Amino acid sequence: MKFSLTWLKDHLETTATVSEICDALNAIGLEVEGVEDPAEKLAGFRIAHVLTAARHPDADKLQVLTVDTGEGQPLQVVCGAPNARAGMKGVLGLPGAVVPANGMVLRKSAIRGVESNGMMCSTRELELGEDHDGIIELPDDAPVGTAFSDYHGSDPVIEVAVTPNRPDCMGVYGIARDLAAKGLGTLKPIAMPAFTASGACPVEIRTDDAQGCPAFYGRVVKGVRNGPSPEWLQQRLKSAGQRPISLLVDLTNYLMLGFGRPAHAYDLAKLQGAVVARRAQDGEEVLALNEKTYRLDPEMVVIADDTQVHDIAGIMGGEHSGVSEGTTDVLLEIAYFDPARIGATGRKLGLSSDARTRFERGVDPEFLDAGLDLLTGLIVELAGGQPSEAVRAGSPPSQAKVVAFDPGLTTRLGGVEVPEGEQKRILESLGFTVGEGWQVTCPLRRHDIEGPADLVEEVVRIHGLDKVASVALPRVEGVARPTATPQQRLERGLRRAAAASGLNEAVTWSFLPTWAAEHFASDQPLWVLANPISEDMKAMRPSLLPGLLMAAKRNADRGAPGSRLFEIGRRYFRGANGLSDEKPTLGIVLAGEKTPRGWQSGKAQAFDAYDAKALALQLLEAAGAPVANLMVMGEAGPQFHPGQSATLRLGPKVVLARFGMVHPSTLKAFDADGPIAAVELFLDAIPPKKNAAFARPGFTPPALQAVTRDFAFLVPATLAAGDLVRSVQGADKVAITGVRVFDVFAGQGVPEGKKSVAVEVTLQPGEASFKDADLKAIAEKVVAAAAKLGGELRG
Amino acid sequence: MTDITSRTEAALAAIAAASSLDALEAERLETLGKKGWVSLELKTLGGMSPEERTAAAPAIQSARARIAEALEAKKAALEAAALEEQLARETVDLTLPAVAAPKGSVHPVSQVMDELAEIFADLGFAVATGPEIEDDWHNFTALNMDETHPARAMHDTFYFPDKTTDGKDILLRTHTSPVQVRAMIQQGAPIRVIAPGRVYRSDSDATHTPMFHQVEGMVIDKGIHLGHLKWTLETFFKAFFEREDIVLRLRPSYFPFTEPSVEVDVGYSNEGGRRVVGGHGDAPGHAWMELGGSGMMNPRVLAAGGLDPAEWQGFAFGLGIDRIAMLKYGMNDLRAFFDGDPRWLQHYGFSPFDQPTLSAGVGARA
Repeated sequence: MKFSLTWLKDHLETTATVSEICDALNAIGLEVEGVEDPAEKLAGFRIAHVLTAARHPDADKLQVLTVDTGEGQPLQVVCGAPNARAGMKGVLGLPGAVVPANGMVLRKSAIRGVESNGMMCSTRELELGEDHDGIIELPDDAPVGTAFSDYHGSDPVIEVAVTPNRPDCMGVYGIARDLAAKGLGTLKPIAMPAFTASGACPVEIRTDDAQGCPAFYGRVVKGVRNGPSPEWLQQRLKSAGQRPISLLVDLTNYLMLGFGRPAHAYDLAKLQGAVVARRAQDGEEVLALNEKTYRLDPEMVVIADDTQVHDIAGIMGGEHSGVSEGTTDVLLEIAYFDPARIGATGRKLGLSSDARTRFERGVDPEFLDAGLDLLTGLIVELAGGQPSEAVRAGSPPSQAKVVAFDPGLTTRLGGVEVPEGEQKRILESLGFTVGEGWQVTCPLRRHDIEGPADLVEEVVRIHGLDKVASVALPRVEGVARPTATPQQRLERGLRRAAAASGLNEAVTWSFLPTWAAEHFASDQPLWVLANPISEDMKAMRPSLLPGLLMAAKRNADRGAPGSRLFEIGRRYFRGANGLSDEKPTLGIVLAGEKTPRGWQSGKAQAFDAYDAKALALQLLEAAGAPVANLMVMGEAGPQFHPGQSATLRLGPKVVLARFGMVHPSTLKAFDADGPIAAVELFLDAIPPKKNAAFARPGFTPPALQAVTRDFAFLVPATLAAGDLVRSVQGADKVAITGVRVFDVFAGQGVPEGKKSVAVEVTLQPGEASFKDADLKAIAEKVVAAAAKLGGELRG
Repeated sequence: MTDITSRTEAALAAIAAASSLDALEAERLETLGKKGWVSLELKTLGGMSPEERTAAAPAIQSARARIAEALEAKKAALEAAALEEQLARETVDLTLPAVAAPKGSVHPVSQVMDELAEIFADLGFAVATGPEIEDDWHNFTALNMDETHPARAMHDTFYFPDKTTDGKDILLRTHTSPVQVRAMIQQGAPIRVIAPGRVYRSDSDATHTPMFHQVEGMVIDKGIHLGHLKWTLETFFKAFFEREDIVLRLRPSYFPFTEPSVEVDVGYSNEGGRRVVGGHGDAPGHAWMELGGSGMMNPRVLAAGGLDPAEWQGFAFGLGIDRIAMLKYGMNDLRAFFDGDPRWLQHYGFSPFDQPTLSAGVGARA
């Protein structure tokens, strides 16, 4: 909220400077968001006297003025304003001054060949009004040479952010009260203009919804003259950023901005019958003051007469019965609405207003009569008219909260010692009553006070948070204990292992375009936002690959030769009780060039499925997975090339990873150029490591040296090399400690439908070296094992 | 006699003239080989009388020694020359480029999260986590924001059309504070945790992204007060920025889940167009910058977490991880965090070996 210093001083007797006031506002929790000081804006503009005015020799619409600036020789100024003439007084911007309206820096210049030493300004140029038909004309007694800001009156405007718990500070008076408590001055009593009410209110006022509208006070004023507001009122509203409209509207706004008290004025001529606060009927409509029509429902409170709805209660008045220039008789409404219902209505209608902001946070239940009298008095004083007696339907909440307070809590919770007398003074200056035994009665306007902690906050914020000294948290004895969970250690280690293998860690959005999420979806329904910020950020990712694929595509579009990206994050699935199941995952995308063309390697090389496999295994090992026991199986998913992808499993069911080349149709869907390899590690599937001791088992290298034997088999072309390896491995579980494929060949010399697979078998002798007969027996078992898979030893 | 001498001289000359190992070997066979004349001469010694042998032996043995020595020396010289020639042939152009191993990097957000974990571990805080798809009870209600609370509307919440089986709204968590509630319920008190993670607000402009990272901190114990909160944040920022001149300004504020509530500002100065944290915000050339919200835990929140507010007190704070990362490491565009551009990741990312440790300093210098 914004207000001028003058407005604040209507309520606060103070000698504090603007900067002292701002410091105090920040200190008590009314954050200063900005200070606009017109004196700064108007620096370099001064009052000048036009001595002569003559036609510009080369331009019909320009005049050449000589201007007395109060010092030195008169200056020559070229001016285009039709009202510029000898003898007038106006405002001159000197070279160096910045025109507030457009930021232009004034310079000495030549305009159509005539030297000009400044600019005579219009009100619009100085942002003092809309007038741009001519330059500002000042009265004859305006002192020539004086800085215009001094003459015009410099009234700094302060903007503060009022937190939602403090509707009592959503009026200048409330802010003054807080500042007075802080010691910045004295709170002045509200000046209530006197008036004489006569006669009963001619309109019946009722509340038919005691829950939604507990209190509806009103009064009629007849015979008012609406018109423009006086200067003081206009200035105050403008400082708050409100455009003055007409006296009656401006006065209700003044009551709201000055005292946090929304009110409404109806044109009595437009009303028929009783004016009633009630629930809206389903489908009932009202054209509001913002010229939009709102469709209402029975959860909403309205003010209506016999014929129609005139007000969305507490939020916005209706166009039909709003006051206009011609209004002579008004019905004033001061009501108390249930804050929760106002909030719900506003949200449902998507309608914000200054009134709603205050009502939904809670206005002062004790300021209905005073507010009504203040508004009535101001109307009578400024617009004339004859007020009726007030009518009061219902009553606002009146039960004050009493908090049993222990002033010692200020030290125990707030960490600062404040003498009890000072605590009492602070609370009382904010309107609390401190009774016997620290029974503290809260003012009704302080809806935010719930218990002793809130009172500590009041005391501490006024006393000063800067007085709270730092106190070290107690430490455990000795060195800090490790805190990371196994899952956290796994992710941290994996992240650095992935980066160490040459991958760049990316962080991509958790949400995807729906098509991209669907492309990678499992059989579960996706999590799709009801109110996405855009179609590109709508469905929660079921895989880390789409986000990385999109990043790789962006990089390729930017001309990057390749992307090696990984991300560690969550995939979002359906869990128990309608909640989510968020699975920690590592995704990798390898796109573009693996190696650039080179003098050694020739052409640039693309990534292949074995690059993906190598990374998958290397990182699974880094994550502590038992990689020696993993099985390479299929079903990586339809997003992968069916012949160049696989899963790594621990047993047939537990999938630890999938990897391979991305399917061409997936590349097409993502508009990405292939080939692209991808890996996904499912971190939640990795079995946790048993709590091992620090000490490793003893180091016992075999006493005898291992020997190796090579075998080349002709096997069916479709046989997986891994099957052959596993079979050979099983031929002699004791002696064979390793089987490694070192050659695969098909083509010349190998029959059609076959391939040659050569393996190196490592044999580890135990107690005694192998004899020739031993080796021969093992070799026979190896050959037999291969034969089971259709393999025959090559000659 | 003269015969041996002249044959020896001739052999030595031939050895000296040998241009290859093969030629040298031929000469060896000619002289010292089984059928070589030196060997044959040596054999004749066996048939001589002792007197004859004494007279003839020195010349023959001398011839053998001289020839053997010459052969050895020539062989070494020829081998050295051959090696030299071979090495000359093997010369490569080492100005040619070598194959570069690709360099990977750790994202600044992860790096800063590791730094947070390291610093707070020293202060006794564990790291807690919770779901990002939350129910509105954990995200709002338990944090003292019931359905009608105006602060709910200020959170720009992303909702799902789904409901939990007990009818709660489901949303993307708007802050990491629901982890407070989960941690209290799971672990009870006393407790010290931080909870870093992704959070979401339907807000997008130059300085806001709909997804960003926050870290929540929470301490619950007996006798915890605002002074402890202030010390903890000061101590953290000093360790994080590795500067002793960190000055914090606490301002009263409002968060439904804390009471009293405190906004935390840090003093900074502008150096070369960049915000540099440090110094008093009111000092010349300095100003204050908001870093996050904090406060003493609202008794209602403690109760929602199953703790007795009469027994336990605590504080909580929330900081923007992306923001403190930007302040420390000099990034100026939040959107680039989530783009996956390898150039940016290489520029602002970290070596995998920059694992934050207290002994080496948690930060990694450029």
